[in-house]
Amino acid sequence: MAQKRKVTATVISQKQIAEQIYDLWLETKLAKDVRPGQFVGVYPHGESMLLPRPISICETDKEKNRLRLVYRVAGKGTAEFSACKAGDRLDILGVLGNGFPVDRAKGKRVFLMGGGIGIPPMLELAKAMDGKKQILLGYRNKELFLEEDLAEYGDVYVATEDGSVGTKGNVMDIINAYSLQADVIMACGPMPMLRAIKKYAAQNGIEAYISLEERMACGVGACLGCVCRTTKTDAHSHVNNARICTEGPVFEAGEVDI
Amino acid sequence: MNTEVKIAGVTFKNPVMTASGTFGSGMEYSDFVDLNRLGAVVTKGVANVPWEGNPTPRVAEVYGGMLNAIGLQNPGIDVFMERDLAFLQKYDTNVIVNVCGKTVEDYLEVVERLSDTAVSMLEINVSCPNVKEGAIVFGQKADSLYDITSQIKRKAKQPVIMKLSPNVTDITEMARAAEAAGADALSMINTITGMKIDIHRKKFVLANKTGGMSGPAVKPVAVRMVYQTAQAVKIPIIGMGGIGSAEDAIEFLLAGASAVAVGAMNFVNPYTTVEVVEGIEAYMKQYGIENVTELIGAVT
Ligand SMILES: Cc1cc2nc3c(=O)[nH]c(=O)nc-3n(C[C@H](O)[C@H](O)[C@H](O)COP(=O)(O)O)c2cc1C
Repeated sequence: MAQKRKVTATVISQKQIAEQIYDLWLETKLAKDVRPGQFVGVYPHGESMLLPRPISICETDKEKNRLRLVYRVAGKGTAEFSACKAGDRLDILGVLGNGFPVDRAKGKRVFLMGGGIGIPPMLELAKAMDGKKQILLGYRNKELFLEEDLAEYGDVYVATEDGSVGTKGNVMDIINAYSLQADVIMACGPMPMLRAIKKYAAQNGIEAYISLEERMACGVGACLGCVCRTTKTDAHSHVNNARICTEGPVFEAGEVDI
Repeated sequence: MNTEVKIAGVTFKNPVMTASGTFGSGMEYSDFVDLNRLGAVVTKGVANVPWEGNPTPRVAEVYGGMLNAIGLQNPGIDVFMERDLAFLQKYDTNVIVNVCGKTVEDYLEVVERLSDTAVSMLEINVSCPNVKEGAIVFGQKADSLYDITSQIKRKAKQPVIMKLSPNVTDITEMARAAEAAGADALSMINTITGMKIDIHRKKFVLANKTGGMSGPAVKPVAVRMVYQTAQAVKIPIIGMGGIGSAEDAIEFLLAGASAVAVGAMNFVNPYTTVEVVEGIEAYMKQYGIENVTELIGAVT
């Protein structure tokens, strides 16, 4: 695995692409090391805000050393990032986490399922993946984002909670609406969605990988802040609490007790 | 120029260490830091058996600092010795093992297990605010602290550092009790109990409701406590609380600490420890200081 580093990245461009959702391209050497499903920690500038904000990597351009982050403004730190303009600098820590096991999808029928701010990592994953890609995206309302980028790499299906676009409901309702089938699922999104996917995968004997979120501090496995319950003893502390930043964020659905 | 310090007969190549719980067992930061550059690596608290720790969320940012309520998740002494200690022994640095327990017997078991190892010192955590039993109780009552310190001293083969809690009325009373019981050194401060509330959800941010505060915002409290304690006892003090730069570290040395530890600021800048070492050297050069020990308690 590539060495983790803290580096200063340069903002190439940034634009708002939906309500509270920003699309940021950074130039940094870290881009070369990225695997789909990994994340970086982005540092706010102010000394009153200390901790890196974990943000999943949406896409990379390895030749140009560029990394794309699509994130939601959720507090003061991300609000600060959203004001960054081309030429600004941001300190980032990376590359963090394990990423999706892309090879498990090779030649198979796959669901790539993204809910809300869990959608961005699906892009780098879809780009890297070799298989029959069915991309299921869940949004709150007609403020869609990244659905056009993703359509280049597979068949995109959209659900919205308010029914304004596509299937009314969530990503699980898409499966029923179109009678879709898969051998492997890779997913990122809110906890209720991941729980539903875990249950669906277990009932149908499908291999599923889900990406989890938790409040983090160090991002490198030192502080044991961001753990999740696991069904077997975890590799680090041997107590059924795995570190999402290190053993995760992607877990085989049956491995975690969510 | 000499950056060496001695604590309870143990020589440290420089006075910069890692604060327990913020640096894993060194492994997690070895991508960033050459561990050979550090005076010591102080490991995450380890108990006689594995501990699960608290439910999540366990961490929260606060203004100029953070709260944590990890609850001392650790793999227990067996895995620790096999994996973490084996890893650390490859480096030319002192290893200080932070020990936690729910009962005096728990602590004694760990202390005994470590007796035949190359560990340089033991740091006894009697000050974790995030676990209900044991731990903090020993660190908030002078007679309990005296009792556990003397029992550990009887068993320990290595010098013993008692890690003090700032969550007391008079920290010098605790320091004196530890010294009287034979502690070889003190480390301070552990985290200050705090709380954060999410006003939109009307909920506690941490699952444990309270958490230990650390980071730059606690530094003035820590410096004051180190100073007061250095006036009250003769045993050496390892100072910590918000150290993120050589300037911060030097404040602690001047207040009376013989060494310092970097905690939460590792999360902000993973290179902090080595930058503190280099910054102390630069400061010594700037002021023509030959021995770093000249700085200890030099404030007037
Ligand atoms: C995430 C975290 C975990 C900690 N775990 C331990 C521990 O296991 N044992 C211990 O004695 N102190 C522990 N501490 C306390 C630190 O070692 C240190 O005393 C305190 O954080 C003050 O230093 P700082 O402001 O530089 O972080 C922990 C602190 C943090 C932030």
